[in-house]
Amino acid sequence: MIALVIRRLLQSLAVMLVVSLLAFVMFRYAGDPVNQMVGAETTAAERQAVRESLGLDQPTLVQFARYVGRVVTLDFGVSYQFRQPVTKLLAERLSATLELSFVAALISLFAGIVLGVYSALNPRGRISSLLQSVSLVGVSLPTFLIGILLIYIFSVSLGWLPAFGRNGLIPVTENWSTGLLTIEGWKSLFLPAITLGLFQMTLIMRLVRSEMLEVLRTDFIKFGVARGLPRARLYFRHALKNTLVPVITVVGLQIGSIIAFSIITETVFQWPGMGLLFLQAVQNVDIPIISTYLLLIALLFVTVNLIVDLIYNFIDPRLKDAAS
Amino acid sequence: MSETILSVENLRVEFETRRGTLVALDDISFSIAKGEVLGVVGESGAGKSMTGAAIMHLIPRPGRIAGGRILLGDQRIDNLDRTGIEAIRGRRIGMIFQDPLTSLNPLMTVGDHLTETIRVHLPLNRRQARARAIELLEEVGIPDPAVRIDSYPHEFSGGQRQRVVIALALCAEPELVIADEPTTALDVSVQAQIIKLIRKLCSTRGTAFMLITHDMGMIAETADRVAVMYAGKVAEIGKVSQVVGAPLHPYAQGLMGAIPSLDNEEPRLRQIPGSMPSLTALPDGCSFHPRCERAMDICRQRAPALLGAIDHKVACHLYEREEVAA
Repeated sequence: MIALVIRRLLQSLAVMLVVSLLAFVMFRYAGDPVNQMVGAETTAAERQAVRESLGLDQPTLVQFARYVGRVVTLDFGVSYQFRQPVTKLLAERLSATLELSFVAALISLFAGIVLGVYSALNPRGRISSLLQSVSLVGVSLPTFLIGILLIYIFSVSLGWLPAFGRNGLIPVTENWSTGLLTIEGWKSLFLPAITLGLFQMTLIMRLVRSEMLEVLRTDFIKFGVARGLPRARLYFRHALKNTLVPVITVVGLQIGSIIAFSIITETVFQWPGMGLLFLQAVQNVDIPIISTYLLLIALLFVTVNLIVDLIYNFIDPRLKDAAS
Repeated sequence: MSETILSVENLRVEFETRRGTLVALDDISFSIAKGEVLGVVGESGAGKSMTGAAIMHLIPRPGRIAGGRILLGDQRIDNLDRTGIEAIRGRRIGMIFQDPLTSLNPLMTVGDHLTETIRVHLPLNRRQARARAIELLEEVGIPDPAVRIDSYPHEFSGGQRQRVVIALALCAEPELVIADEPTTALDVSVQAQIIKLIRKLCSTRGTAFMLITHDMGMIAETADRVAVMYAGKVAEIGKVSQVVGAPLHPYAQGLMGAIPSLDNEEPRLRQIPGSMPSLTALPDGCSFHPRCERAMDICRQRAPALLGAIDHKVACHLYEREEVAA
């Protein structure tokens, strides 16, 4: 088990190194960083001074090593548009994105599994077929449309929930303020979280349903029935656990996507998170923010994959034997 | 005559389909006594497994019991509701399926399987259930049970898994075990071990077995009595010595003739021409008549009844005629 963890960690490290090379190349060669930073009337001498002060005259390999060194110490440079350290800008927005993604992931996971199990246990029920058709809509409608529809229904027509923004914040640390402690915070979180989670929820629901139907047909379920095990035990202890391995794979990847692609939802709801910052950075060619965001998302996917791999081994003993 | 554990009387199972009603089991009657092994043989689709499934209320949709009675001891069980039959399953009737490789949950240890089943049926705590699980594993011949109990199914061989499956069926000491092709998926040498185990359990525990198989050799070695099924009906039923040694029904004769034997002087095995009719196209009269060498006019018109002495009955007009005359 420990050997496996170490092996996976080394693999993750390799992936991160490759991604940081990409981020570095983008940082260094997508346009001239000096031109991005100085005004039009700066003299050539002043430009050269800036270039040297930033170390941009050094060999590429040295620059990359320095870049990695800075990344490890969480120094990602200064944003061109805000003239502030990227670390500070992202840290301020991290709480917004993480809270949104976390709540969206929980909603989609919980509702997806519950509805999926329900429709697998009642495959011919009316509610199940309704869920199937509705979920098709959920899978095929684009996120921004769902967001706008929800805003129209709950904010414009009914006036129950705020249409945009993040309110009811309570500061926890210097960079971290949470909206999860006030009703107002939850109100403004609700619509974006639903919008962000809906696609994943329908995906998880359909996956759980089909996997569960598959497992319910297996011999060990039939044998369980024949040994007189109670239904609830068979469904939740035997069947559900066996559906979880493929479900966890998808869920793991989807949690990464939820955070990475919260961009659209954050834009629709003007949610002050990293996605919104990233979009502004793209519009203004703010390379330090873009490359840092790239690194952050890569780190996220690598971490989630690592966790998923470890959970597999925890759930399925056959994999544990294969690995050792 | 010893105590009767299970008696099935005129059981009829129907499937409502778009093309009309299919009769999967027609007028099935037999009984099993304490500690007895009743073999049920026949080709695929003859209704052997369906009979076992009907007793356990495990008939797949849209099938249903359309007539007859099933008695477990003195209790009628064919008309029980779900709670009622769940109290019987595993507790009073155990069941074993064909493929031991897929009969166990791959994510649970063998011990979890056993203690779970034991605790569902018996008022034991975790420690007592575990002790009992180890005893059961020992009884079915798993070496080193106290260690092996914490292994997962994939760490056992096919034969050992079938032993575990048998242990699971025996958790609550059921009076009857329905074994549906318990050795089909196993090696021949392992088959012999499992047969020996079943015989041992019958004599030591007095457990009755309903042994569903298409393996006549296994019937000859294991069963006390045998029922030969054909197209959803019992063709012949009686003691193994009689049915295997001197079969009456032409189909049973054909089956016995198809067993390879070392001292058989015929150069080729005899085989029954044709194949069993599908349930959607059963012929009129006796279902076997299109394949029967001794078919008569009456066989095409009227289905024969299962008649004869208590310990040997046959459904064939060849023998019915004598009774009608008498």
